[in-house]
Amino acid sequence: MAVTNSPQGADPGAAARPESNSWTLRLRQAIDRHLPMDHLLPDRQPYYVGSWVYVFGVVTIAALAWVIASGVVLSFMGPQWWHDSRVGHFFNSLHFWSVQLFFIFMVLHLWGQYFMAGWRSGRAATWMIGVIIFGTSILTAFTGYLSQQNFASQFIAINAKDAMNGAGIGAFFNVLNFGQMYGLHVMLLPIGITILVVAHIVMVRTRGVVKPIDPEGGARP
Amino acid sequence: MKSMGATQEEYYRGVRMERYDLVKELVIAVVAVGVIALIGAAVLSSPDVAPVTIATWSQADPVDFVTTATGELAGSSTSAGYGAPYNSAGPGQSWGPIAPQSWFGVRIPIDSANAFVIQPLQRASFSNTTLGTALSTWQNATADQQTTWLDAYSKALVDATVSDGAVAVADGDYGPLPVMMSNLVGIAQAGGLDGLLVINGRFYQTDYTQPLLFMGDGGYLAGLADQAHLTGSLWGMMNETGQYPGQTWLWLYTMWYQVFPFNSDTGFIGVNAGNADLGIIILMTLLTVALALVPFIPFLRDIPRWIPIHRLIWRQYYAPRKGAART
Repeated sequence: MAVTNSPQGADPGAAARPESNSWTLRLRQAIDRHLPMDHLLPDRQPYYVGSWVYVFGVVTIAALAWVIASGVVLSFMGPQWWHDSRVGHFFNSLHFWSVQLFFIFMVLHLWGQYFMAGWRSGRAATWMIGVIIFGTSILTAFTGYLSQQNFASQFIAINAKDAMNGAGIGAFFNVLNFGQMYGLHVMLLPIGITILVVAHIVMVRTRGVVKPIDPEGGARP
Repeated sequence: MKSMGATQEEYYRGVRMERYDLVKELVIAVVAVGVIALIGAAVLSSPDVAPVTIATWSQADPVDFVTTATGELAGSSTSAGYGAPYNSAGPGQSWGPIAPQSWFGVRIPIDSANAFVIQPLQRASFSNTTLGTALSTWQNATADQQTTWLDAYSKALVDATVSDGAVAVADGDYGPLPVMMSNLVGIAQAGGLDGLLVINGRFYQTDYTQPLLFMGDGGYLAGLADQAHLTGSLWGMMNETGQYPGQTWLWLYTMWYQVFPFNSDTGFIGVNAGNADLGIIILMTLLTVALALVPFIPFLRDIPRWIPIHRLIWRQYYAPRKGAART
């Protein structure tokens, strides 16, 4: 079949048809409407954003970047590597301290946002996703401690099984099964956290940072 | 429909905007956090205490090992009477009609006596006629006879002695148990039981449910954990070996185990130490949901307005300004 790009082949009525016929175009327009680039990467912020509390969110992301980077190296080399190699042990240490920093910064960010009532003016979903990220991070770290393949892993697994079994979770989430814990730790949970963090950041950038608490107003969403 | 972009612009209308380089801030943060993490890794390293194997357990404390194996045969070990998801021997934890442990049934079936003692011995008896005869004697004996031997042997183990790694007890009628146990100790000390307990009929395996349950039944691993200050009464789940920080973010979860009613035998409204795991998981689930729903919960969402920490955070905003309205 011949395909023509000649002017004669053009549909003269195309320009007049509603643009909404194209799903691609509609998606692009929706993104442009909801998150234009000057909102995603703004070069100006309200003057009150100069507070040090805003740094906690950024350093949490920075720590997560180091957690993921060191975790990728560890997962690439396999779970035995860091027990037998000095370089491997160093990368495990980097992962360990990045995780500790990640949690410290995340908790500071959480408390900061709480006392700023960061959920106001339509930002409740952003807060709720943040809490889900916090919970998912705890679960991810828990599977990490179970995947260490050392004495602490053994003891944590033997004790944690009672909590999991008592709540019925152990029937599906077997903390004594290294393969299951390792798979969750290096694959599914990090993907979940990354998606949630991206959604969290997009929501923050979409709405912008919340204004300071109005002494006369409330702290409703 | 009003676009979100317009909404943000409306939201900030009248607010003084200043230059702010988000990308530069992120790059500086990545570098700064990386420097701290790299220094931590280089100077402080990370914990890696070698795991306990069944071989090291049976070598270091053969009496505890044999006592545990005898308990498995007698059905008196923790795992033998656990209940779901391993077996039906115990009722599992419940709180009134809430009994999720039993709802899902036996999904990881483990017969402790067979899995930890009989089956490994059967594999080892392939070329060991003495052991094969002892096993036959055991399996052909009546349940009452087995119980009599187990009772006598368990009592004798209290005063057992160890010579060259072998466990010796006072003379008595223990049936085939001394032969079975001396073989089991021998297999374990040689490292064979570590492998036999993870055999799954396939070449590759990653599931350590059986050896961990068996070691958990014994006292050796728990004793090492006690020395390392990892036990539950010391908020164990959030601790790590050595001087390293553990899962400190679990502090609230582990705290509940230290307080009433979760540490009490009598408890309150049916919650006690016996079903503390279930009670605490339910409580933590509710608290997590409450944290997520803080924006909608009166009082909790109002605390930030009452406690003026926000005045420290936005000091510049609340500072008295001459000739300019706050926006």
